[in-house]
Order: sequence, then C-alpha cells, then structure tokens
Amino acid sequence: MTPPGPVGDRFRRFRERLAAEGSHQARVGDDRTSAAGGAETASGAELAHGGDRPNDRDTASGNGAAGSRRGDRPARRTTEASGRRRGRRGGGGEELRVPEAEFTSYYGRPVLKAPVWKWDIAAYLFTGGLAAGSSLLAAGGQLTGRPALRRAGRVTALAAVSASAVFLVKDLGRPARFHHMLRVAKPTSPMSMGTWILTAYGPAAGVAAIAEAAGVLPRHGLLGLAGRVLPPIGHAAGLVAAGTAPALATYTGVLLADTAVPSWHEAYPELPVIFAGSALASGAGVGLLAAPPAQAGPARRMAVAGAALELYGAHRVETRLGLLSEPYRLGRPGRLLRAGRLLTAGGVAGALLGRRSRVVGALSGTALLAASVLTRFGIFYGGVASARDPRYTVVPQRERLEARRSSMDLPPNRAAPPTV
Amino acid sequence: MLPDPNSLYGPLDPAPEAGYENAPPRMGFFTDTSVCIGCKACEVACKEWNGVPESGLDLLGMSYDNTGALTANSWRHVAFIEQPRPAGHRASPADVLGAPVDVGPDRPVDAGPQFLGMPGAQPPGRGSGAEGRTDFRWLMMSDVCKHCTHAACLDVCPTGSLFRTEFGTVVVQEDICNGCGYCISACPYGVIDQRKDDGRAWKCTLCYDRLGAGMMPACAQACPTESIQYGPLDELRERAAARVGTLHDRGVPEARLYGHDPNDGVGGDGAFFLLLDEPEVYGLPPDPVVTTRDLPKMWKRAGLAALAMAAATVAAFVGGSS
Repeated sequence: MTPPGPVGDRFRRFRERLAAEGSHQARVGDDRTSAAGGAETASGAELAHGGDRPNDRDTASGNGAAGSRRGDRPARRTTEASGRRRGRRGGGGEELRVPEAEFTSYYGRPVLKAPVWKWDIAAYLFTGGLAAGSSLLAAGGQLTGRPALRRAGRVTALAAVSASAVFLVKDLGRPARFHHMLRVAKPTSPMSMGTWILTAYGPAAGVAAIAEAAGVLPRHGLLGLAGRVLPPIGHAAGLVAAGTAPALATYTGVLLADTAVPSWHEAYPELPVIFAGSALASGAGVGLLAAPPAQAGPARRMAVAGAALELYGAHRVETRLGLLSEPYRLGRPGRLLRAGRLLTAGGVAGALLGRRSRVVGALSGTALLAASVLTRFGIFYGGVASARDPRYTVVPQRERLEARRSSMDLPPNRAAPPTV
Repeated sequence: MLPDPNSLYGPLDPAPEAGYENAPPRMGFFTDTSVCIGCKACEVACKEWNGVPESGLDLLGMSYDNTGALTANSWRHVAFIEQPRPAGHRASPADVLGAPVDVGPDRPVDAGPQFLGMPGAQPPGRGSGAEGRTDFRWLMMSDVCKHCTHAACLDVCPTGSLFRTEFGTVVVQEDICNGCGYCISACPYGVIDQRKDDGRAWKCTLCYDRLGAGMMPACAQACPTESIQYGPLDELRERAAARVGTLHDRGVPEARLYGHDPNDGVGGDGAFFLLLDEPEVYGLPPDPVVTTRDLPKMWKRAGLAALAMAAATVAAFVGGSS
C-alpha cells in the first residue's frame, strides 16, 4: 500500500504537519478529528472498560502517558473527514465539503479498496453505450429506409465497439490475458455476462459496418459479387447487433452496481436507466450529426427519450440515496454531472427547435455526445469518491444496524451484536 | 443439482454448494483480539511462507501500525488503536485477559496532553512514574481475509480465477487472474487488492498449501498468544462463544464477536473476530452485506431498462412524420 518512495517520506510529512499545527492534535494519527466528536458514541457501556485497567501499567508500560490526550475531548475519537484523507490511492481530486456526520473509523482510512479501474473504464461506459445507441439507430434506419442513419449508425457502432475493446483490454492488470474472460460464463459476474454480450455484439456490429462498403464496390467481377451479397448479410448482422445492443447498454449499470462501492451499489435501480438513456441520447447524437434534417426525425425523438431517461435517473441518484447521493453532487463528479445535465438539455432543445437547420442539428448532436461522456464520468467518479471515504461505508451501515436493533427492541447497548 | 435457494444470501455451507462431495469440515480462523499483543509475527510469518513481496518501508505516523491496511502485499495486518478510556466506569476492574485485578489508588485522569511518542529509547510514560500515567487502552487486532460464506470477490470474478476450496476458503489462482479488478471493488471488507507492479489481485489463501498437508496456516502457527486460532469453523464458533461469555462474566462487557453469525450480510465469515469495540474502530465495516444479494433485482432493472430502450427506439422510428 505504501507507494515506493524514500524511506520515511510520510513520516517526514507527518513531522512537518506536527510542527505546523503545533499542538498535540497531530500527534496521534486519527487526529484530524475534532474535539466535538464522540458525543454520539459515548455510552456508558462502551466506556465501561475504564482506564483503570492495570494492564496499562503492566503490559504496555508506556501507554498511560498518552492517555491524557483525552483531557481535551470526550471518550471517543470521531473522524470528521474534513477533506483530506490518507487514502491509499490518495489524490484523485475529490474534495468533499460535507455537513459534519459523526462516525468512527480507523485513523480516517478507507474501509473499502477504491476501484482500481482507471479513466478508461469510464470511457468504455461511454463508447459501449454509444455503440449500442448507434446500432439501434442504424437498425431503425435500415428498416425504415433512411440510409444516412443506417450508414452513420453502423460505422459509429464499429468504431465505438472497437474503442471499447481497446479500453477494456488496456485497463486489465494483465492485458495479455484478456482471453481468460472467455473461460467461464457466470451470471453472478456482470463482467462475464458483459464479455459474452460484447462477443455476440462486436462481430455483428463489425459485419454490419463492413457491409456498408458494398456501395463503393465495382458492379462486376468478384468484388461485384461481394457487392451484391453484402447488403443482405449486413442487414442480418445489423439486426443481430441491434438485438444485443440494449443488453450492451444496460449491463454496465449492473457492472457498477454489483460492487461494494456504496454509491454505485445503492444506485442499482437507477444506473441501468441512466445508462440506457445516455446510450440512446448518444446514438441520437450520431444521427443528428450525420443525417440531413429530412432523415433525422427519429434521431430527434430518440434524443428526447434518451434525455428523459438520463435526466430522470441522474436526478434520482442525486436525491434519493441520502448520504450516498452526496458523492454525485460534490466535487468533480458533481461538476461533471451538472455539466452533463446542461448539455443534455441544450442538445434536446437544439434538436427540437432547430429541426430545419443542419448546423443546429450537428451542434445538438455534439452536445448530446458530450453530455453522455460527462454523465458516464460523473457516475464513475462519484462511486470512486464514495469508496475512498470511510464515511460512506460506515455511516449507512451503522444506521442500518441501529434501525435493526431498534426494530428488535434491543437496548442501544453496543456491547452485543444485534443478530445474536 | 438445483442451486441452493441461499446461493446468493443466507446461511450456507459453501464447499458442498461449490460442488465438493464429501468435503472436509469448513476451516477458518478465530482471531481473539483480547489477547493480541501486536507483535506482528503473523504478518511476518505470512510473508515468509507465502513469498509475499515487501510492502515498502515507511512510517505512517499514526501509530505503531506502519502496515496501514490489508493489501496485495500484506495478507495479515495488525491494527493498533490508541484509546483514551476515562476512569471510574468499572466496579470491578479486570485486565484484558479477564482476570480480576487489584487497582491502586486513583490515578489522575487529566494530566494534560502528552505525546504518546514514536518508538524511543524507553517506552513512553516510563519516565513519568506510575502516578503520572493516565487511563488509556491499546487495542490490537490482526486482520485478515474473511473467507466469506457468500464471497463477492468470487462471485463477480469473470475468469474463474477465484475459487472455493474444499475447506470452504476462497483462493485466487495467480495463473488465471488477468487483473480485471472487479473483485477489488466487490469486496465489502476492502481486503483483496491489486499488486501494482504485477497487475493481478492477491489476498490471503488461508495457506491452502499448508491446509492440504494437514498443517496450520503460517500466521496461526506463529502467533505466540493464540490470538489467531485455526480449526474447524464449528469448533471455533463454540470456542469463541465460550470466550465471550468468560469475558462478560469477568467484567469486559464490550467483548463481542464479529463475523461469526451465519445469518449476517455475508452468510458468516470463515475468519471471524472477538473485538473489544465497535468494528469500525478497527477499520471493519459495521454491517457488511454481500453485493450479490441484490443481483437478481439488478438484472431485473437492467432488463427493464433494456426493454425501455428498445421500445423508445421503435417509437422514435414509427411515430412522427419526418
């Protein structure tokens, strides 16, 4: 957990901090706590283990000397994660300024390991959704005779699914072993399910895109034969891709929710909705960018539907989860999600109002695509922030425990676990 | 064979559930923190036996714990918690072992702030004499992978690298793991971790190789106070309940078990603990729940969202005139 570096680097920083703060507060590691802490927990039962235990004297002869720091605070340390934490993956940029909630932790260290997924997984959330939305757009264009939508959708889908594969493999700790994903098929592992969804979707999307080359092939000879065979193959492949696209767009919600990351897990009802909406909106964005206004009607309606799902879902996760909504409102994730919301609204408005203008349509499409990127990154980093701060792990679990205890009519004595 | 209705949540015997026939009894750890002396022999023995690389040499500047947390390179972690405890809350004082003791004349409670001290020439407080000492307790706990009944890491692993052994423990196969990192986000205890220079996920194996040879895991073997006890889980649970009873009788009411209950959020831990304070004080989650408990509901929501998506696309193309 300690990054390789000069010996005693942290200790040096600790000493500097000690000197800077100039008080005993910094002498014990957990003391980014405030003296206000602890009141909530100072029940008599816990304190029963009074300091008059002689083992203070016998086994740890020195300890007694330190006990006196109690003098300035009640019995229990309470970490108020006042921003800086000693997260092992420190940095990250989440500066959380939140109302003070009192809880206890081990020197303010995170309980959970923050996801080791880097930005490329957030990028994959976007490209996977973009591929799915584009394939749906292409299938619609294919079935309703809108070649501009079909062509743009198919080509974008192939590009996006290829980028997805690159992001996913690149993020592995051992990229050369990516094919180990194909050893098993496990419904309990959304990542395994996603692997198989991608395995079905990717080739279909690829074939559909390649079939678009039929238009530029010569009429005669072997290539001419290919030119006649490709469109029906592309037709079938496009339908297969569109059939698996909704699964591709929504399984990622389960992928994030099926973790111990508090703000992802508790958002499990909304994440697939947000991602479905975001995928639709980004697919619609492709349609608005590529198609002339005469063919872009379905893309506009897809944009409205996608934006509605995305905005509804994002609003729910930002408000429904209590403390666990906080990471989605604060810091960088909050800024990303707010910007995403503005761009979504702007993109939809532009698509609806500027329906005769190619330029406005293209701008709207770009706004929708950018909004999708921002939303995905916001959701991703919101979860990461919730795993880095022990508050989001401890406080909801403690509340759950207390609620269960009170429903079982047990005394608030914490000496006994509630489920015994 | 039909999957057990409790295969995602609830009490379960994991080895038969994983398909083992005539599995040996489930083995585990009972870590009794009331007798831990913080010697870190378990950390060292684990590294020695399992060939775990060094964790990097540094002082964290927070306590005598410079390991910090369970990581890919620390499969045992001894936590040190320094706690002030006001005097006068006990009618009959007892030491951590639960033996009643004689208490001398009242010692001052508020002697003003004092530096606990980093390791020095002599133990902190020795120079001040017995009168100058104040009330303070030091909790130590050797933390380890919990080898959950419902192990989220195992359930979400997309390669089958993590598997359930015949002893009911959870082990990573390093030749399979491709470092996807899913297990790391899934673990409700923050145990399993990625080794930076290696990319794969690593954690305690409960010394699977030693178990197979009928030996005790290295950490339990090395523990000088039997704070780490290894054995069949049923036996350990009985022993732990008796120990808690003893401590309660002797006036340590805050002693409680953690992770022993098959009805808890993870179906009970294969490695459970006797704690002397709330779990979060030790850096443990107070009420962990395996994330896969909600997985059926998650898939259902995803299915609904997928249907909504398909329906929206159909509506977008058939509705309207342009």
